[in-house]
Parts: sequence; structure tokens; C-alpha cells
Amino acid sequence: MPKYSMSEDNVEEKQEKEQPSVIIHEELCKACGLCIIHCPKDILEASDKINELGYPTTVVAKDGCIGCANCYLICPEPGAVTVKKP
Amino acid sequence: MTKVFEKSPAFFDTFTRKPSMQKTTHYCPGCGHGTLNKIIADQIAELGLQDQTIFVGPVGCGVFIYYYFESASVSAAHGRASAVATGVSRANPDSVTISYQGDGDLAAIGTSNAIHAANRGENMIVFFVNNNIYGMTGGQLAPTTLIDQTSTTSPTGRTVLNDGHPLKMAEMVAGLEAPVLSARVAVNTPRNVRQAVKVIKRGLEIQRDKKGYAFIEVLSQCPTNWKKESKEACDWIDEVVCKQYPIGVIKDVADQREAQIRLAERVEFEALADQLGLTTDDEDTSQKIEMLQDELRFKFAGFGGQGILSLGMMMAQMSMEQNMEVTWLPSYGPEMRGGVANCSVVVGKKAIGSPAIESPNVLVALNRPSLEKFGPLVPEEGLIIYNSSLIDQVPDNLKGQVYALPATDLASDAGTVKAANAVVLGFVARKTGMFQLSDLENFLRETFKKPAMLETNLKAVLAGWNAAEKD
Repeated sequence: MPKYSMSEDNVEEKQEKEQPSVIIHEELCKACGLCIIHCPKDILEASDKINELGYPTTVVAKDGCIGCANCYLICPEPGAVTVKKP
Repeated sequence: MTKVFEKSPAFFDTFTRKPSMQKTTHYCPGCGHGTLNKIIADQIAELGLQDQTIFVGPVGCGVFIYYYFESASVSAAHGRASAVATGVSRANPDSVTISYQGDGDLAAIGTSNAIHAANRGENMIVFFVNNNIYGMTGGQLAPTTLIDQTSTTSPTGRTVLNDGHPLKMAEMVAGLEAPVLSARVAVNTPRNVRQAVKVIKRGLEIQRDKKGYAFIEVLSQCPTNWKKESKEACDWIDEVVCKQYPIGVIKDVADQREAQIRLAERVEFEALADQLGLTTDDEDTSQKIEMLQDELRFKFAGFGGQGILSLGMMMAQMSMEQNMEVTWLPSYGPEMRGGVANCSVVVGKKAIGSPAIESPNVLVALNRPSLEKFGPLVPEEGLIIYNSSLIDQVPDNLKGQVYALPATDLASDAGTVKAANAVVLGFVARKTGMFQLSDLENFLRETFKKPAMLETNLKAVLAGWNAAEKD
């Protein structure tokens, strides 16, 4: 993580630069689909990619993550979802 | 400051305790166990409790938590997790003890264990995962199954007349005097998970501050046994389950309670050994067998019916008569005849720690599968005696000193193939230098009452004894 001073101006500048993001670790996904229905921005989708576990994995289909972490919280497989919220 | 939601350091990245070294849990897609595991791990890491956490695992779908959490863990027998956690908590008053149990485990088989641990107000937090069903065994009726809910053992739905009312554990625990926190949460929607996170954090803080017993019931979906899609199962919790099991904090009196620590008296091993009469470091002068090693570990193995267990028994009994320390541990299949059998005999100068044997000093293999199975376990200085009448091929990965003894042929010459074990007894007695021929004779005379049997066995033992000389 880059170091920056905690003065308010700088923090705001930082927030403008970095957007919230979500990563689905496809090799851990069991395709229960709960993250898809709980995403308020509908950016997650079921794909037809089959992973090593034999499940059609979920993918991040669009930009627009707001970092609400709904997908992280509801995902039943620890480690399958990472959300970064600046 | 970027907030990152990711796999907690309190959870293994790769499950290195599991032989398959996998990265995914064994839970079904959509199962609430994984969600609960994740948020418990998050909170443990956030509160900095990882180094002092001890998990007690149940029997049920949650059984493998010891693979997943990077903390100390103990597995308990079915239903006994709260009782085991009591011991863990008292023996380690500085630790945070977590008992993780399902509804079949806590509310059926282990009800008394759970209720009494709660009533004693032990310092522990209990996660009671309620999915209304016996999940691991295939969806049978549990005490928590809802009215009208179908299961494999209530195909037309649960009725009050037949099965009683669903057991409301969180309310029961809240009704007791001792518990400081009793709550019911759910993990079916992000909103409920957020609430669960708060309650779990509160429960773990209570443990950190030693305030007593915390009970958190977690309504969890079981898509597999409810025969629903993950989404349907989650909706069903909101629509049906929460109506009969309302979520919320039922009791929280932690702020009015003082920290409580039960001082467990630590008993040092020496004191315990003294009480049990195990502290004889002095040489026992009555022991009549001269042994080079402190301990000889025998493995006798072969087909059932070859006299394997009696051979071990004879060895053990003869050693015992010479005042040695002895254990005898048989192992055989369920077959009435045939099958394979083996027995482990340990003869020692001092008290024997374990009757189980990993690497035998002396292996007697009367058939080929036994030689292949146990032969490679014998160390270089060990003896391997195999029955060359039945084994024509010796594996090439043996390290010990190998002796071929045609035990079955020699026994046949002596009168009956059944005496192959006596041949081996004579051979082993001489090779190890443990017994004199007279000891063997005396022992056989005491053991066999029928003169004909005695005669045959004496001949067989002598044949074995002589075969040992020739080598």
C-alpha cells in the first residue's frame, strides 16, 4: 500500500484515484450463485467456464463495484471473493 | 485507508493439515457452514485472538474445522463437544475456547452436555449451527426440524403429536442463570451476516474478558438436504425458518458480570506417575531375561488360523513369567475363519508406553501379504523371520536381517501343520536369546494338557530351535 499523509486533501485525492474492486477467485468458486443475486450493481455473472472443481464459475462481468462487500459476506467459500474498498 | 475483505489469516490458505492439501472446504455449494467459518475467522483475527483460540469440533458436517482454522483444535465424540470444551477451558484458563456444534450434535445426542456446560457458566463460546436437519447422515429428522418440514425420516412432515415441538435452544439457554449471552443469528443474507458478525464479535470479546458462557445459534441453510437451490434455501430461512426461530439477541448480561477464572490445579506428571505406581526407574532385579534393548517389539502376522494370536500370547506369557513388562494387542478381521490376523507384543524392562507398534524389531510373517505389509517397517538391526514354506518371493525393499524358516514344512514333519506357530516360537526364542530350551519345555508342559498335543508341540518347538542353530 502506498504511503501518503493523512491530511484530508490527500485522502480525498486518493479516493478519487482508486476505485473499489472485486475479485472472484474462480478456482475456489462452487457456483452457488449467492453473490450474483446480492450484488446491488449486478456486475457478477455466472459463466460457462468450468473450473477444476467442476463448477461453472462466477465472473466479474462489468465495472462498477461500489465495495459494499455483500458478495464477500454471503459467499460460503472462505477465500473465494476478495473486495477492496479504498 | 483501503479496507480489504479477503480470506482471514486465522483460516488456512491451503489446508496443510489435510493430506490432499486442498484449498477449498468440503462444504456443499451454498452451505451456511462456510459463511460462518469465514466470519468467525475474520473476528478472531480482528480481535487478535488467534494464538489463544482452541476449537472443539463436533461430529457432523462441521467435523473438519480442525483442517480449516489455523488454531489449536480438538475433536470430540458425537455430542460431547461442550463437555470436552469444559475440560479444555479449565485446563487452559488463558485460552478462548470455541465449541462448534450442529443441531444433531448439540440438540439431540449432546443435549445434556450442552445444557450443563451452559448451566455451569463455563468460559466458552458455543456456535450452534441449526439447519433443522441431520445434514451429514443424509437429512433425517432432528429435534430442531420445523413443524410440517419433511425429512427422510418424516416424509409426510413433522407433527407435534408424533415428534414434539422444535427445540428452541437459544431460548432454553437464555432461561438459565449462568450464561451471559444467548443469541440467534442467520447467515442467509448479507444483512443477516452483518448482524451475525456483530454478535460473534460480542461473544468473542466476552471470551477474551473471561465473562463466562456465550451461546450463539446460527440458522444455516442446507441446500443439499432441503433439496433446494442455494437461493431458494436462503429465502426459505427468511420466509419460514425465522418465523419459528426468531433471530435476535435474547440475553446479554455480560456488562453486569465480573470476569471469572476457575483455577485448575495442575498435576505434574511425576506426581501422577507416583500415584499410579509407575515411578520405578531402578532396575527390577527379579527380571530374568537378559535383553540387549530396553524394549523388544514383536509383530506376528499371517492368515487367520495359523495360530498367530496364540503365538503372540505364548511369547507374552512366557516373558511375563520371567517378570518382564509385557503387552499383547491382537488385530484381526471380522471373518470367522480365513482373513488376515496380526498381533503386537511388546516385551520391556520398564513400563511400556504404548502397545501399538510402528516399527517392529522382530517380525514373524507367516504369509506373503504380511511380509509385504510389515517387512519394510522393520529397521536395519531388526529381525525378519518369514515362512519360506508359503512365501516364494521376498520383497526387495527389506532393511532388516532376513531369515527364511520353512515353518509349515517343519510343523508337518513334527505331526501337524497347525504347529507352525510352535516352530516359530522355538526359532524366535533362540534367535533373540530370550529363553532357554528348558523354559520352552516347561511352558509347553503347563499349556498343553493332552499328551498327544504336547508331544507334537514339543517336537515342533525343537525343530524351530534346531533350525535357528543352523543359520
